[in-house]
Amino acid sequence: MNYNWDWNIFFKSTGIGSEIYLDWFVSGLGWTIAVALVAWIIALLLGSVLGVMRTLPGKALPAIATGYVELFRNVPLLVQLFMWYFVVPDYLPEPLQTWFKQDLNPATSAYVSVVVCLALFTAARVCEQVRTGIQALPKGQSAAALAVGFSIGQTYRHVLLPQAFRIIIPPLTSEFLNIFKNSSVASLIGLMELLAQTKQTAEFSANIFEAFTLATVIYFVLNMSLMALMNLVEKKVRIPGMMGGAK
Amino acid sequence: MIRFNNVHKWFKDLHVLNGIDLQVAQGEVVVVCGPSGSGKSTMIRTVNQLESINEGEIWVDGKNVADPKTDLNALRAEVGFVFQHFNLYPHLSVLDNITLSPIKVKGMDKAAADKQAVALLERVGLAHKKDAFPAQLSGGQQQRVAIARGLAMEPRVMLFDEPTSALDPEMIGEVLKVMKDLAESGMTMMVVTHEMGFAREVADRVVFIDHGKIVEQAPPEEFFKNPQHERAQQFLRQLLTPMS
Repeated sequence: MNYNWDWNIFFKSTGIGSEIYLDWFVSGLGWTIAVALVAWIIALLLGSVLGVMRTLPGKALPAIATGYVELFRNVPLLVQLFMWYFVVPDYLPEPLQTWFKQDLNPATSAYVSVVVCLALFTAARVCEQVRTGIQALPKGQSAAALAVGFSIGQTYRHVLLPQAFRIIIPPLTSEFLNIFKNSSVASLIGLMELLAQTKQTAEFSANIFEAFTLATVIYFVLNMSLMALMNLVEKKVRIPGMMGGAK
Repeated sequence: MIRFNNVHKWFKDLHVLNGIDLQVAQGEVVVVCGPSGSGKSTMIRTVNQLESINEGEIWVDGKNVADPKTDLNALRAEVGFVFQHFNLYPHLSVLDNITLSPIKVKGMDKAAADKQAVALLERVGLAHKKDAFPAQLSGGQQQRVAIARGLAMEPRVMLFDEPTSALDPEMIGEVLKVMKDLAESGMTMMVVTHEMGFAREVADRVVFIDHGKIVEQAPPEEFFKNPQHERAQQFLRQLLTPMS
Protein backbone atom coordinates (compact mmCIF):
# COMPACT_ATOMS: atom_id res chain seq x y z
CA MET A 1 0.00 0.00 0.00
CA ASN A 2 1.20 3.41 -0.84
CA TYR A 3 0.17 5.91 1.77
CA ASN A 4 2.09 8.97 2.80
CA TRP A 5 1.72 9.26 6.55
CA ASP A 6 1.82 12.85 7.64
CA TRP A 7 1.91 13.23 11.42
CA ASN A 8 2.36 16.98 11.11
CA ILE A 9 -1.24 17.24 10.08
CA PHE A 10 -2.31 17.74 13.70
CA PHE A 11 -0.34 20.95 13.90
CA LYS A 12 -1.69 22.37 10.68
CA SER A 13 -4.42 24.97 10.51
CA THR A 14 -7.96 23.70 10.08
CA GLY A 15 -8.80 26.75 8.08
CA ILE A 16 -11.32 27.79 10.71
CA GLY A 17 -10.07 30.68 12.77
CA SER A 18 -6.60 30.00 14.17
CA GLU A 19 -7.38 26.42 15.20
CA ILE A 20 -5.08 23.54 14.43
CA TYR A 21 -6.42 19.99 14.18
CA LEU A 22 -4.95 19.07 17.55
CA ASP A 23 -7.26 21.64 19.16
CA TRP A 24 -10.22 19.65 17.85
CA PHE A 25 -8.94 16.50 19.50
CA VAL A 26 -8.36 18.28 22.80
CA SER A 27 -11.85 19.72 22.72
CA GLY A 28 -13.30 16.33 21.73
CA LEU A 29 -11.50 14.62 24.59
CA GLY A 30 -12.92 17.25 26.94
CA TRP A 31 -16.47 16.44 25.84
CA THR A 32 -15.82 12.71 26.07
CA ILE A 33 -14.65 13.09 29.66
CA ALA A 34 -17.49 15.46 30.53
CA VAL A 35 -20.08 13.01 29.20
CA ALA A 36 -18.56 9.89 30.72
CA LEU A 37 -17.77 11.26 34.18
CA VAL A 38 -21.15 12.87 34.80
CA ALA A 39 -23.00 9.83 33.43
CA TRP A 40 -20.83 7.55 35.59
CA ILE A 41 -21.59 9.41 38.80
CA ILE A 42 -25.32 9.19 38.12
CA ALA A 43 -25.03 5.53 37.08
CA LEU A 44 -23.11 4.63 40.22
CA LEU A 45 -25.62 6.29 42.53
CA LEU A 46 -28.74 5.05 40.75
CA GLY A 47 -27.26 1.59 40.15
CA SER A 48 -26.38 1.25 43.84
CA VAL A 49 -29.90 2.17 44.91
CA LEU A 50 -31.36 -0.31 42.42
CA GLY A 51 -28.89 -3.02 43.45
CA VAL A 52 -29.86 -2.60 47.10
CA MET A 53 -33.54 -2.67 46.13
CA ARG A 54 -33.06 -6.04 44.43
CA THR A 55 -31.76 -7.53 47.69
CA LEU A 56 -34.43 -6.11 50.02
CA PRO A 57 -37.10 -8.34 51.57
CA GLY A 58 -40.61 -8.04 50.20
CA LYS A 59 -41.84 -8.10 46.62
CA ALA A 60 -42.53 -4.61 45.24
CA LEU A 61 -39.10 -2.95 45.46
CA PRO A 62 -37.11 -5.91 44.08
CA ALA A 63 -39.65 -6.24 41.25
CA ILE A 64 -39.31 -2.57 40.27
CA ALA A 65 -35.52 -2.85 40.18
CA THR A 66 -35.66 -6.11 38.22
CA GLY A 67 -38.00 -4.55 35.67
CA TYR A 68 -35.64 -1.62 35.30
CA VAL A 69 -32.69 -3.89 34.62
CA GLU A 70 -34.59 -5.95 32.06
CA LEU A 71 -35.73 -2.85 30.20
CA PHE A 72 -32.39 -1.07 30.02
CA ARG A 73 -30.23 -4.13 29.46
CA ASN A 74 -32.23 -5.61 26.62
CA VAL A 75 -32.47 -2.61 24.30
CA PRO A 76 -29.38 -1.62 22.27
CA LEU A 77 -27.57 1.43 23.53
CA LEU A 78 -27.92 3.25 20.20
CA VAL A 79 -31.68 2.71 20.13
CA GLN A 80 -31.87 4.09 23.65
CA LEU A 81 -29.89 7.15 22.60
CA PHE A 82 -32.18 7.88 19.65
CA MET A 83 -35.19 7.47 21.96
CA TRP A 84 -33.77 10.01 24.42
CA TYR A 85 -32.76 12.45 21.71
CA PHE A 86 -35.51 12.21 19.09
CA VAL A 87 -38.59 10.71 20.77
CA VAL A 88 -38.69 11.48 24.48
CA PRO A 89 -38.39 15.29 24.11
CA ASP A 90 -41.65 15.34 22.13
CA TYR A 91 -43.48 13.81 25.06
CA LEU A 92 -42.09 16.08 27.74
CA PRO A 93 -44.50 18.45 29.48
CA GLU A 94 -44.75 21.81 27.76
CA PRO A 95 -42.26 24.04 29.64
CA LEU A 96 -39.62 21.32 29.63
CA GLN A 97 -40.15 20.68 25.94
CA THR A 98 -39.63 24.31 25.03
CA TRP A 99 -36.58 24.47 27.25
CA PHE A 100 -35.04 21.38 25.67
CA LYS A 101 -35.85 22.24 22.05
CA GLN A 102 -35.49 26.01 21.97
CA ASP A 103 -33.63 27.40 24.99
CA LEU A 104 -30.76 24.93 25.02
CA ASN A 105 -28.16 25.26 22.33
CA PRO A 106 -27.87 22.10 20.16
CA ALA A 107 -24.65 20.96 21.80
CA THR A 108 -26.18 21.17 25.25
CA SER A 109 -29.34 19.30 24.32
CA ALA A 110 -27.26 16.56 22.72
CA TYR A 111 -25.10 16.50 25.85
CA VAL A 112 -28.12 16.16 28.16
CA SER A 113 -29.54 13.36 26.02
CA VAL A 114 -26.36 11.34 25.92
CA VAL A 115 -25.65 11.76 29.63
CA VAL A 116 -29.16 10.61 30.54
CA CYS A 117 -28.91 7.71 28.11
CA LEU A 118 -25.51 6.45 29.29
CA ALA A 119 -26.34 6.99 32.96
CA LEU A 120 -29.58 4.99 32.83
CA PHE A 121 -28.09 2.27 30.62
CA THR A 122 -25.04 1.84 32.83
CA ALA A 123 -27.08 2.02 36.04
CA ALA A 124 -28.76 -1.28 35.06
CA ARG A 125 -25.35 -2.91 34.80
CA VAL A 126 -24.07 -1.36 38.05
CA CYS A 127 -27.28 -2.58 39.71
CA GLU A 128 -26.50 -6.18 38.82
CA GLN A 129 -22.97 -5.89 40.14
CA VAL A 130 -24.04 -4.31 43.42
CA ARG A 131 -26.69 -7.01 43.84
CA THR A 132 -24.22 -9.85 43.30
CA GLY A 133 -21.72 -8.16 45.62
CA ILE A 134 -24.31 -8.04 48.41
CA GLN A 135 -25.50 -11.57 47.74
CA ALA A 136 -21.93 -12.90 47.84
CA LEU A 137 -21.63 -11.93 51.51
CA PRO A 138 -22.26 -14.57 54.18
CA LYS A 139 -25.79 -14.45 55.63
CA GLY A 140 -24.23 -14.07 59.06
CA GLN A 141 -23.14 -10.51 58.28
CA SER A 142 -26.63 -9.08 58.13
CA ALA A 143 -27.71 -11.27 61.06
CA ALA A 144 -24.82 -9.90 63.13
CA ALA A 145 -25.70 -6.32 62.23
CA LEU A 146 -29.40 -6.76 62.93
CA ALA A 147 -28.63 -8.53 66.23
CA VAL A 148 -26.92 -5.44 67.67
CA GLY A 149 -29.92 -3.27 66.87
CA PHE A 150 -29.01 -1.80 63.49
CA SER A 151 -31.89 -0.79 61.24
CA ILE A 152 -31.95 -2.18 57.70
CA GLY A 153 -30.50 1.10 56.46
CA GLN A 154 -27.62 1.03 58.94
CA THR A 155 -26.98 -2.62 58.13
CA TYR A 156 -26.47 -1.75 54.47
CA ARG A 157 -24.58 1.46 55.17
CA HIS A 158 -22.08 0.17 57.73
CA VAL A 159 -21.82 -3.57 57.16
CA LEU A 160 -23.04 -4.86 53.79
CA LEU A 161 -22.16 -2.14 51.27
CA PRO A 162 -18.58 -1.48 52.42
CA GLN A 163 -17.86 -5.17 51.86
CA ALA A 164 -19.92 -5.53 48.67
CA PHE A 165 -18.23 -2.57 46.97
CA ARG A 166 -14.79 -3.98 47.72
CA ILE A 167 -15.75 -7.27 46.08
CA ILE A 168 -17.08 -5.63 42.92
CA ILE A 169 -14.26 -3.17 42.23
CA PRO A 170 -12.94 -5.25 39.27
CA PRO A 171 -16.28 -5.49 37.38
CA LEU A 172 -17.08 -1.87 38.29
CA THR A 173 -13.76 -0.89 36.74
CA SER A 174 -14.84 -2.53 33.47
CA GLU A 175 -18.09 -0.63 33.60
CA PHE A 176 -16.24 2.62 34.28
CA LEU A 177 -14.09 2.04 31.17
CA ASN A 178 -17.15 0.99 29.15
CA ILE A 179 -18.89 4.27 29.78
CA PHE A 180 -15.93 6.18 28.28
CA LYS A 181 -15.97 3.94 25.22
CA ASN A 182 -19.77 4.00 24.93
CA SER A 183 -19.72 7.79 25.06
CA SER A 184 -18.63 7.66 21.39
CA VAL A 185 -22.29 7.05 20.43
CA ALA A 186 -22.77 10.76 21.11
CA SER A 187 -21.07 11.47 17.76
CA LEU A 188 -24.25 10.17 16.08
CA ILE A 189 -26.41 12.95 17.49
CA GLY A 190 -23.93 15.68 16.68
CA LEU A 191 -22.11 16.12 19.96
CA MET A 192 -18.51 17.00 19.05
CA GLU A 193 -16.78 14.54 21.36
CA LEU A 194 -13.62 12.68 20.49
CA LEU A 195 -15.00 10.39 17.76
CA ALA A 196 -16.93 13.21 16.08
CA GLN A 197 -13.84 15.40 16.03
CA THR A 198 -11.85 12.52 14.59
CA LYS A 199 -14.35 12.04 11.76
CA GLN A 200 -14.36 15.77 11.13
CA THR A 201 -10.58 15.87 10.98
CA ALA A 202 -10.57 12.94 8.56
CA GLU A 203 -13.06 14.72 6.32
CA PHE A 204 -11.42 18.13 6.43
CA SER A 205 -7.82 17.03 6.02
CA ALA A 206 -8.25 13.74 4.16
CA ASN A 207 -5.64 12.33 6.58
CA ILE A 208 -8.02 9.65 7.66
CA PHE A 209 -5.42 7.13 8.91
CA GLU A 210 -3.62 9.65 11.10
CA ALA A 211 -6.87 10.92 12.56
CA PHE A 212 -8.14 7.48 13.57
CA THR A 213 -4.72 6.40 14.81
CA LEU A 214 -4.58 9.38 17.13
CA ALA A 215 -8.11 8.69 18.35
CA THR A 216 -7.18 5.08 19.06
CA VAL A 217 -4.14 6.16 21.04
CA ILE A 218 -6.11 8.71 23.03
CA TYR A 219 -8.87 6.24 23.96
CA PHE A 220 -6.27 3.62 24.84
CA VAL A 221 -4.16 5.89 27.04
CA LEU A 222 -7.25 7.32 28.70
CA ASN A 223 -8.58 3.88 29.59
CA MET A 224 -5.21 2.55 30.71
CA SER A 225 -4.90 5.52 33.07
CA LEU A 226 -8.37 4.89 34.47
CA MET A 227 -7.49 1.25 35.00
CA ALA A 228 -4.31 2.19 36.84
CA LEU A 229 -6.34 4.58 38.97
CA MET A 230 -8.85 1.87 39.86
CA ASN A 231 -6.02 -0.55 40.71
CA LEU A 232 -4.75 2.03 43.18
CA VAL A 233 -8.22 2.37 44.68
CA GLU A 234 -8.47 -1.40 44.98
CA LYS A 235 -5.12 -1.63 46.76
CA LYS A 236 -6.01 1.24 49.04
CA VAL A 237 -9.21 -0.38 50.35
CA ARG A 238 -7.91 -3.94 50.65
CA ILE A 239 -8.69 -5.55 53.97
CA PRO A 240 -5.62 -6.62 55.94
CA GLY A 241 -5.40 -10.40 56.37
CA MET A 242 -7.87 -11.14 53.59
CA MET A 243 -6.91 -12.67 50.27
CA GLY A 244 -4.43 -10.35 48.55
CA GLY A 245 -4.55 -7.93 51.46
CA ALA A 246 -1.62 -6.43 53.34
CA LYS A 247 -0.35 -8.55 56.24
CA MET B 1 -36.17 -12.07 81.89
CA ILE B 2 -37.03 -14.39 78.99
CA ARG B 3 -40.30 -16.30 78.80
CA PHE B 4 -41.50 -18.60 76.02
CA ASN B 5 -45.24 -19.31 76.01
CA ASN B 6 -46.26 -22.23 73.81
CA VAL B 7 -44.07 -21.16 70.89
CA HIS B 8 -44.52 -22.86 67.52
CA LYS B 9 -42.63 -22.43 64.31
CA TRP B 10 -42.84 -24.19 61.00
CA PHE B 11 -40.40 -24.24 58.09
CA LYS B 12 -42.93 -25.19 55.45
CA ASP B 13 -43.97 -28.70 56.59
CA LEU B 14 -41.30 -29.05 59.23
CA HIS B 15 -42.61 -28.33 62.70
CA VAL B 16 -39.32 -27.05 64.05
CA LEU B 17 -40.57 -25.57 67.33
CA ASN B 18 -43.43 -27.53 68.80
CA GLY B 19 -44.85 -25.76 71.83
CA ILE B 20 -41.81 -24.39 73.66
CA ASP B 21 -42.42 -23.24 77.24
CA LEU B 22 -39.39 -21.90 79.03
CA GLN B 23 -38.42 -19.23 81.51
CA VAL B 24 -35.01 -17.75 82.15
CA ALA B 25 -34.71 -15.66 85.28
CA GLN B 26 -32.46 -12.64 85.68
CA GLY B 27 -28.88 -13.70 86.37
CA GLU B 28 -29.60 -17.29 85.43
CA VAL B 29 -27.39 -19.31 83.07
CA VAL B 30 -29.35 -21.80 81.02
CA VAL B 31 -27.65 -24.29 78.73
CA VAL B 32 -29.73 -25.66 75.87
CA CYS B 33 -28.63 -28.95 74.35
CA GLY B 34 -30.09 -31.57 72.10
CA PRO B 35 -29.38 -33.60 68.99
CA SER B 36 -28.71 -31.83 65.73
CA GLY B 37 -31.88 -30.73 64.00
CA SER B 38 -33.75 -30.60 67.30
CA GLY B 39 -34.52 -26.89 66.91
CA LYS B 40 -32.18 -25.48 69.55
CA SER B 41 -30.49 -22.94 67.27
CA THR B 42 -33.83 -21.88 65.81
CA MET B 43 -35.16 -21.48 69.33
CA ILE B 44 -32.38 -19.17 70.50
CA ARG B 45 -32.65 -17.11 67.30
CA THR B 46 -36.33 -16.46 67.98
CA VAL B 47 -35.46 -14.62 71.19
CA ASN B 48 -34.19 -11.59 69.27
CA GLN B 49 -36.33 -12.39 66.24
CA LEU B 50 -33.57 -13.35 63.85
CA GLU B 51 -36.18 -16.05 63.30
CA SER B 52 -39.86 -15.19 63.44
CA ILE B 53 -42.41 -17.41 65.16
CA ASN B 54 -45.79 -18.59 63.90
CA GLU B 55 -47.60 -19.07 67.19
CA GLY B 56 -47.20 -18.27 70.87
CA GLU B 57 -45.39 -15.49 72.67
CA ILE B 58 -41.85 -14.69 73.66
CA TRP B 59 -41.34 -12.05 76.32
CA VAL B 60 -37.94 -10.46 76.79
CA ASP B 61 -37.52 -7.95 79.56
CA GLY B 62 -41.28 -7.33 79.63
CA LYS B 63 -41.68 -6.90 75.88
CA ASN B 64 -43.44 -9.28 73.53
CA VAL B 65 -40.94 -9.78 70.72
CA ALA B 66 -43.47 -11.12 68.21
CA ASP B 67 -45.73 -8.07 68.62
CA PRO B 68 -45.36 -5.91 65.49
CA LYS B 69 -45.59 -2.83 67.73
CA THR B 70 -42.43 -3.78 69.62
CA ASP B 71 -39.40 -1.78 68.54
CA LEU B 72 -37.21 -4.68 67.49
CA ASN B 73 -34.08 -2.58 66.97
CA ALA B 74 -34.31 -1.22 70.50
CA LEU B 75 -34.94 -4.69 71.89
CA ARG B 76 -32.04 -6.24 69.99
CA ALA B 77 -29.75 -3.53 71.29
CA GLU B 78 -30.36 -4.96 74.77
CA VAL B 79 -29.83 -8.58 73.80
CA GLY B 80 -26.30 -9.65 72.95
CA PHE B 81 -25.94 -12.45 70.44
CA VAL B 82 -22.84 -14.56 69.78
CA PHE B 83 -22.83 -16.66 66.61
CA GLN B 84 -21.27 -20.00 65.81
CA HIS B 85 -19.26 -18.42 63.00
CA PHE B 86 -18.39 -15.20 64.92
CA ASN B 87 -19.60 -12.96 62.10
CA LEU B 88 -17.19 -10.17 62.86
CA TYR B 89 -17.22 -7.39 60.27
CA PRO B 90 -14.14 -8.28 58.19
CA HIS B 91 -13.62 -4.76 56.83
CA LEU B 92 -13.27 -3.18 60.27
CA SER B 93 -10.48 -3.41 62.84
CA VAL B 94 -11.12 -5.23 66.11
CA LEU B 95 -11.66 -1.91 67.86
CA ASP B 96 -14.10 -0.65 65.22
CA ASN B 97 -15.99 -3.95 65.30
CA ILE B 98 -16.68 -3.31 68.97
CA THR B 99 -17.37 0.43 68.81
CA LEU B 100 -19.57 0.49 65.68
CA SER B 101 -22.88 -0.29 67.33
CA PRO B 102 -22.42 1.78 70.52
CA ILE B 103 -21.62 4.76 68.29
CA LYS B 104 -24.28 4.21 65.62
CA VAL B 105 -27.12 2.73 67.67
CA LYS B 106 -26.63 4.34 71.06
CA GLY B 107 -25.02 7.57 69.86
CA MET B 108 -22.03 7.14 72.15
CA ASP B 109 -19.14 9.47 71.30
CA LYS B 110 -16.07 7.93 69.71
CA ALA B 111 -13.66 8.54 72.59
CA ALA B 112 -15.97 6.95 75.17
CA ALA B 113 -16.69 4.02 72.85
CA ASP B 114 -12.97 3.45 72.27
CA LYS B 115 -12.28 3.52 76.00
CA GLN B 116 -15.06 1.05 76.67
CA ALA B 117 -13.85 -1.21 73.84
CA VAL B 118 -10.31 -1.31 75.18
CA ALA B 119 -11.65 -2.21 78.63
CA LEU B 120 -13.74 -5.01 77.12
CA LEU B 121 -10.77 -6.26 75.11
CA GLU B 122 -8.75 -6.41 78.32
CA ARG B 123 -11.52 -8.42 79.87
CA VAL B 124 -11.34 -11.02 77.08
CA GLY B 125 -7.52 -10.88 77.03
CA LEU B 126 -7.09 -9.26 73.62
CA ALA B 127 -6.21 -5.63 74.29
CA HIS B 128 -3.03 -6.06 72.24
CA LYS B 129 -5.10 -6.99 69.17
CA LYS B 130 -7.23 -3.87 69.01
CA ASP B 131 -5.80 -2.70 65.68
CA ALA B 132 -5.77 -6.13 64.03
CA PHE B 133 -8.38 -7.16 61.47
CA PRO B 134 -10.59 -10.21 61.99
CA ALA B 135 -8.86 -12.25 59.27
CA GLN B 136 -5.59 -11.86 61.18
CA LEU B 137 -6.98 -13.54 64.31
CA SER B 138 -7.47 -17.19 65.21
CA GLY B 139 -11.01 -18.54 65.57
CA GLY B 140 -10.83 -18.41 69.37
CA GLN B 141 -9.64 -14.82 69.29
CA GLN B 142 -12.38 -13.85 66.84
CA GLN B 143 -15.01 -15.37 69.07
CA ARG B 144 -13.68 -13.50 72.09
CA VAL B 145 -13.85 -10.26 70.10
CA ALA B 146 -17.42 -11.18 69.13
CA ILE B 147 -18.29 -11.56 72.81
CA ALA B 148 -16.71 -8.18 73.55
CA ARG B 149 -18.73 -6.71 70.67
CA GLY B 150 -21.91 -8.09 72.21
CA LEU B 151 -21.02 -6.73 75.64
CA ALA B 152 -20.30 -3.26 74.27
CA MET B 153 -24.04 -2.65 73.99
CA GLU B 154 -24.34 -3.36 77.74
CA PRO B 155 -26.98 -6.01 77.11
CA ARG B 156 -29.33 -7.32 79.76
CA VAL B 157 -29.10 -10.83 78.32
CA MET B 158 -26.46 -12.64 76.28
CA LEU B 159 -27.42 -15.38 73.86
CA PHE B 160 -24.82 -17.85 72.57
CA ASP B 161 -25.57 -20.04 69.55
CA GLU B 162 -23.01 -22.89 69.59
CA PRO B 163 -20.16 -20.46 70.29
CA THR B 164 -17.43 -23.11 70.23
CA SER B 165 -18.66 -25.49 67.51
CA ALA B 166 -16.59 -23.89 64.75
CA LEU B 167 -13.38 -23.78 66.80
CA ASP B 168 -10.31 -25.98 66.83
CA PRO B 169 -10.26 -28.02 70.03
CA GLU B 170 -7.38 -26.12 71.62
CA MET B 171 -9.23 -22.82 71.27
CA ILE B 172 -12.45 -23.89 72.91
CA GLY B 173 -11.09 -23.40 76.42
CA GLU B 174 -10.22 -19.72 76.00
CA VAL B 175 -13.76 -18.93 74.83
CA LEU B 176 -15.44 -20.98 77.56
CA LYS B 177 -13.27 -19.25 80.14
CA VAL B 178 -14.53 -15.83 78.98
CA MET B 179 -18.11 -17.11 79.11
CA LYS B 180 -17.59 -18.49 82.58
CA ASP B 181 -16.24 -15.15 83.83
CA LEU B 182 -19.25 -13.49 82.29
CA ALA B 183 -21.63 -15.88 84.05
CA GLU B 184 -19.88 -15.23 87.35
CA SER B 185 -20.33 -11.50 86.86
CA GLY B 186 -24.08 -12.10 87.02
CA MET B 187 -25.02 -11.89 83.34
CA THR B 188 -28.23 -13.59 82.28
CA MET B 189 -27.20 -16.14 79.66
CA MET B 190 -28.82 -18.61 77.34
CA VAL B 191 -26.27 -20.90 75.73
CA VAL B 192 -26.79 -23.49 73.02
CA THR B 193 -23.79 -25.79 73.31
CA HIS B 194 -22.55 -29.35 73.36
CA GLU B 195 -19.85 -28.47 75.88
CA MET B 196 -21.09 -30.57 78.75
CA GLY B 197 -18.15 -29.58 80.94
CA PHE B 198 -19.28 -25.97 80.68
CA ALA B 199 -22.88 -26.97 81.39
CA ARG B 200 -21.87 -28.94 84.47
CA GLU B 201 -19.66 -26.23 85.87
CA VAL B 202 -21.43 -23.00 84.94
CA ALA B 203 -25.09 -23.62 84.15
CA ASP B 204 -27.86 -23.19 86.67
CA ARG B 205 -30.10 -25.34 84.54
CA VAL B 206 -29.79 -27.63 81.54
CA VAL B 207 -32.61 -27.76 79.01
CA PHE B 208 -32.79 -30.76 76.69
CA ILE B 209 -34.71 -30.29 73.47
CA ASP B 210 -35.72 -32.87 70.88
CA HIS B 211 -37.97 -32.54 67.82
CA GLY B 212 -38.79 -28.96 68.74
CA LYS B 213 -39.98 -29.82 72.24
CA ILE B 214 -38.35 -29.40 75.62
CA VAL B 215 -38.32 -32.93 76.96
CA GLU B 216 -36.30 -32.39 80.10
CA GLN B 217 -34.93 -29.57 82.20
CA ALA B 218 -33.00 -29.91 85.43
CA PRO B 219 -30.03 -28.54 87.35
CA PRO B 220 -26.84 -29.90 85.75
CA GLU B 221 -25.85 -32.37 88.49
CA GLU B 222 -29.30 -33.95 88.31
CA PHE B 223 -29.42 -33.91 84.50
CA PHE B 224 -26.04 -35.58 84.10
CA LYS B 225 -26.39 -38.08 86.95
CA ASN B 226 -29.94 -39.09 86.41
CA PRO B 227 -31.54 -38.08 83.12
CA GLN B 228 -35.23 -38.98 83.14
CA HIS B 229 -36.13 -39.00 79.48
CA GLU B 230 -34.99 -41.87 77.31
CA ARG B 231 -33.85 -39.55 74.49
CA ALA B 232 -31.73 -37.55 76.92
CA GLN B 233 -30.14 -40.71 78.30
CA GLN B 234 -29.24 -41.82 74.79
CA PHE B 235 -27.88 -38.36 73.92
CA LEU B 236 -25.63 -38.28 76.99
CA ARG B 237 -24.39 -41.83 76.37
CA GLN B 238 -23.36 -40.89 72.86
CA LEU B 239 -21.72 -37.69 74.01
CA LEU B 240 -19.67 -39.45 76.67
CA THR B 241 -18.76 -42.60 74.73
CA PRO B 242 -19.19 -41.70 71.06
CA MET B 243 -17.58 -44.90 69.69
CA SER B 244 -19.73 -47.43 71.51
